[in-house]
Amino acid sequence: MSRHLRWNAIALLLTTVVAALGARSAENPSTAANVQPAARGMSPGEYLAHVGDCVACHSKHGGVPFAGGFGLPTPFGTLYSPNITPDKATGIGSWTATEFYQMLHTGRSRNGTLLYPAMPFPAYTKVTRADSDEIFQYLKSLKPVRQRNRENELRFPYNNRSLLFGWRALYFTEGTFVPRPELSAELNRGAYLVEGLGHCASCHSPINALGGSGDDSAFAGGLIPMQNWYAPSLTSNIESGLGGWSTPDIASLLKGGASNRGAVYGPMAEVTHNSLQYLAPGDAHAMALYLQSLIQLRPVAAQLVDTSPGSAKVITLGQKVYSGRCASCHRSDGKGMPPAYPPLAGNPSIQMEVSVNPLRMVLNGGYPPQTSDNARPYGMPPFAQVLSDEEVAAVVTFIRESWGNHGSLVTPREANAMRLAPLLD
Amino acid sequence: MIKLLFSLLTLCTTAQAAETAVAPDTIEARAQGCATCHGPKGEGTANLNFPRIAGKPAGYLFNQMKNFRDGDRSYPPMNYLLAYMHDDYLTEFAQFFAAQSVDMKSSALAPTTIDAAAESLVKTGDPTRGVPACVLCHGKRLTGIEPGIPGLIGLDSRYIAAQLVSWRVGTRRANSPDCMRDIASRLTEAQIRQVAAWLSTQRLVGPPSPANAGSWRTPLPCGSQP
Repeated sequence: MSRHLRWNAIALLLTTVVAALGARSAENPSTAANVQPAARGMSPGEYLAHVGDCVACHSKHGGVPFAGGFGLPTPFGTLYSPNITPDKATGIGSWTATEFYQMLHTGRSRNGTLLYPAMPFPAYTKVTRADSDEIFQYLKSLKPVRQRNRENELRFPYNNRSLLFGWRALYFTEGTFVPRPELSAELNRGAYLVEGLGHCASCHSPINALGGSGDDSAFAGGLIPMQNWYAPSLTSNIESGLGGWSTPDIASLLKGGASNRGAVYGPMAEVTHNSLQYLAPGDAHAMALYLQSLIQLRPVAAQLVDTSPGSAKVITLGQKVYSGRCASCHRSDGKGMPPAYPPLAGNPSIQMEVSVNPLRMVLNGGYPPQTSDNARPYGMPPFAQVLSDEEVAAVVTFIRESWGNHGSLVTPREANAMRLAPLLD
Repeated sequence: MIKLLFSLLTLCTTAQAAETAVAPDTIEARAQGCATCHGPKGEGTANLNFPRIAGKPAGYLFNQMKNFRDGDRSYPPMNYLLAYMHDDYLTEFAQFFAAQSVDMKSSALAPTTIDAAAESLVKTGDPTRGVPACVLCHGKRLTGIEPGIPGLIGLDSRYIAAQLVSWRVGTRRANSPDCMRDIASRLTEAQIRQVAAWLSTQRLVGPPSPANAGSWRTPLPCGSQP
């Protein structure tokens, strides 16, 4: 099941070019920077709904956008997203703007029900009332769809919502984003988008056994439950490398899906496709700037060390596979031909301690999403069908240890485990 | 000798790449995501589970990519690769592969089999089950017709059989009216095996390209063939 929208529907719903959000009040963090705001033919609310990526979860494959019914598999069971079209009986047609804001802000539905944190209210709580109202107005403008919400299928004891009181006490702090006086207006705008609507920390933080992530670990990277993709740390320069990237490169990655340093893949390709490609250039830049600043704000003092390098035999096999299969695009020096073929030398997503991402790239290949900034993407073929587990493990080990990269050995068993990972969630 | 020339050529391009390090600005370079399964120009590979796509009608290739993207044809590796592409780009890929010439002689075909029942099914159909002859739509030479009906020659029997079964179970769907779903549902399993085996051993007569649109009138209303 994928969370990406059907194209026909998206074509109806969205215009493709991002331009500018209307100017709004100055004390509001939504406009704290010189945002060149939103989008040609796009209302402020539609733009903000894109930034929040509401459609990804509130639409099911082949279904009407925003009508819900998407089944999100979690370690605790399957959650089904509700209908947020303005149908009075089954959607949010009888809600008020205040009720909508209260839900975003407090994580409680209007009847007082506690929301499961699959709804990223720990991030959405930071959204301003003004922006919430814009999104609500946009949702109210959609065509109502009569589609009853599907009951969640959660295992005991997770089906007991009162457990959420405990979860909230541990992991949820209610509160609108407050601009930090020590940051520039642009950084505050970036922070507002990254921490609020963008809900980046939902994936880019470690999720513990209770499905929560503490504030001290926000943006520290994490394995995405059920999907077998690893969302790299945004605070570790080693994992994300954002400190070493230029701001335009990060902005290109977010909005265009490709950059001189790397391309989006896996679940992040979907995020760019559904959400980030619609960013106003000023907002993409502000988010990039803030993401870069996370490195300085929360320094992680760690050095990459080869704890278990591959044996000479493994490296020889890996090099052989690389020369035959990879070097024609990524080149023998690992520098690639960016942005078409990303560099592997110095590429942080290859050197992360968790090796699932490079393994899955080799097995599954991938095309970054087609966006207005990257209208004819280059792509990588899958190799699952032509390489053995030993060859996959060897070539990933070789890449992780060549050209100054520092990653440890990957085993054929780890490579094999990724063959069964789901391709689309 | 050819190997040597190829190595030299590779060396040259590598040397050039070292200076420029810019990917060729071509659709062919962009389509290399397809190469490990379908061949660099779509000509197919030694692994016959993956069909050749070179020289197939562009409309047919587009329909398949669109269906993979939208989940109407289910094969996770393809669904995954095409998930975030728009129609315009899929059209460009389809036109690229459709324009590639295909050398059927290089296909590793099984020896021709003689199976009168299968041949009759292909050429005259099975009226008792409401199955029309394959040749009525796919052409007497079985090389298909523009824009939407593919050729059936040069494909592996396992691939053909898998497609017919996919139609029956609903993991391969086409634009409505989905005539192949109806036809595949009427075939017996034995007929699927027979016809797939027979088709996979047929040699090409004449050029491999599909017939021009309108060369003959197809007998069934079919959503893939306007």
